[in-house]
Amino acid sequence: MSAELYYKSASELSGLLDRKEISSVELTQSVIDRTKAVDDLVQAFNSFDEEDALAQAEESDARRKRGESLGSLDGIPVGIKDVLAVKDQPLTCSSKILADFISPYDATCIQKLKRSGAVLWGRLNMDEFAMGSSTENSATKVTGNPWKLDCIPGGSSGGSAAAVSAGEAIVSLGSDTGGSIRQPASHCGIVGLKPTYGRVSRYGLAAFASSLDQVGPMGRTVWDTAALLESISGHDPNDSTSYRIDVPDYVQAIEQLKGRKWTFGLPKEYFENAEDTASMGPVKEAIEFYKSLGCEIKEVSLPHTAYAVATYYIVATAEASSNLARYDGIRYTHRAESFDAKDSVDIYCQSRAEGFGNEVKRRVLLGTYVLSSGYYDAYYLKAQKTRTLIRRDFEEVFKDVDALLTPTAPSPAFKRGAHSGDPLSMYLSDIYTISANLAGIPGLSVPCGYVDGLPVGLQILGKPFKEDEILAMGNEFESAHNFKHEHPGL
Amino acid sequence: MADASHIDIDKVAELARIALTDEEKAKFSSQLESILGYIDKLNELDTTDVEPTAHPHSVENVWREDRATSELPTSEALKNAPKQRQNMFVVPKVVE
Repeated sequence: MSAELYYKSASELSGLLDRKEISSVELTQSVIDRTKAVDDLVQAFNSFDEEDALAQAEESDARRKRGESLGSLDGIPVGIKDVLAVKDQPLTCSSKILADFISPYDATCIQKLKRSGAVLWGRLNMDEFAMGSSTENSATKVTGNPWKLDCIPGGSSGGSAAAVSAGEAIVSLGSDTGGSIRQPASHCGIVGLKPTYGRVSRYGLAAFASSLDQVGPMGRTVWDTAALLESISGHDPNDSTSYRIDVPDYVQAIEQLKGRKWTFGLPKEYFENAEDTASMGPVKEAIEFYKSLGCEIKEVSLPHTAYAVATYYIVATAEASSNLARYDGIRYTHRAESFDAKDSVDIYCQSRAEGFGNEVKRRVLLGTYVLSSGYYDAYYLKAQKTRTLIRRDFEEVFKDVDALLTPTAPSPAFKRGAHSGDPLSMYLSDIYTISANLAGIPGLSVPCGYVDGLPVGLQILGKPFKEDEILAMGNEFESAHNFKHEHPGL
Repeated sequence: MADASHIDIDKVAELARIALTDEEKAKFSSQLESILGYIDKLNELDTTDVEPTAHPHSVENVWREDRATSELPTSEALKNAPKQRQNMFVVPKVVE
């Protein structure tokens, strides 16, 4: 056994736990010690509750002792993005407005994780309300990329990606509205999956853009990511947009689909004029790898690609302005001390002015504008129609190919502050991930190489509800390479 | 599409219920204008006969029994309130 416990995969750890070679308490303690040793540098955690984690680990050990293990995640520490409700734990969304909020209930995915025996570990930093691509919009702290600490970890699930990459969690949960799982996974050299819209319940996920948001798994291996996806998926009566569709055994599917000769599409709009794009080198090598397996590679077209970012920033901000109206300083959020008592709405205006950061204000303002009287048809309705065109582009190409191969992000992690003065240039860094949310399809990012010492991810976009296929495709690549054993030098 | 150069930041901020400083108004209106300028590229597309998408997959109406279930007890629901008294939220007086 070469690696430290905290750098082993959940699949290996679950075997060690089953054979009683280690206990969950030992494993959890190793993750806690690692976190204490490196999180001053990485700053992935908004908070963590050591005692609570060890108590969960003890329960897991007791279950195993009785021969009642709940499965492969029983006793495995899972980091949680600070956007998901865990009963009696803080839920801040990395926002001042929720600084003191304690969840009164469990999100459905958290309930499911508890039922699979996982050790819920910490609250991971993120862009405020998941709005951002660098985790720089957090009101709590600035998370570093474990591979180069002065670079961003990606976002919005930057804490979830950095923690897994640095060995501060074995796997983690993130959420993805426009790339917020896949892009940080790519930047931190780990695996991240955005499920099909409706695969995972959104109940207990603090809403950003309800028609785009999905909770999803992040891990250091495809197998771990598959096991975590399986445990959180499925229909939930508390989220009527979650689909009534069977959840496959993803881990088994990876094995069953091994060796299949897939047909992959390369969207020409993603590759043309992208020769100079930093991430292209490793991505092209990955494409060659699939060719060498005997898979067919075809050029395909997604003609409305150029309109995706504009469409997204209307739909997402409109939905956000409506969702974030609940943070009013009255029922459960920060209330301003001073306001004009003669003006009945000033208490809201002042509380929100104090509680929201710049990016959140910017997006709520934009969303309010595009929904306001006289502009609705020109912006929101127009974007919903463009969304139809983008969705149809994918339906068309999936008649000919099983999945699409693309870079996850145009470049590896950039330096902190590189885009801070120019929100639009930050938005454009999501160009390869955003369309999957608009079309509702699943997407996987797997590590495929390095540029200047920073990891680069390959994105595999699949057909709706075919997470099993993209996981199997990612696994083929991962098994033939050594990336899952490479860790940042912290 | 509407002329983005005339965004009325005071009105938008009022609708959004966010108090802005003069400095923020200047900064946000110029940033929003540049974003709206970019968004204007959607006008290149003719979407006359295109149905809007509100949900990425076809969905049917979801029904459930109209039955009360156990929700949060009042004390739990009020736990995060900035001000509370006698099982109620305390708010400033708004009528004389």
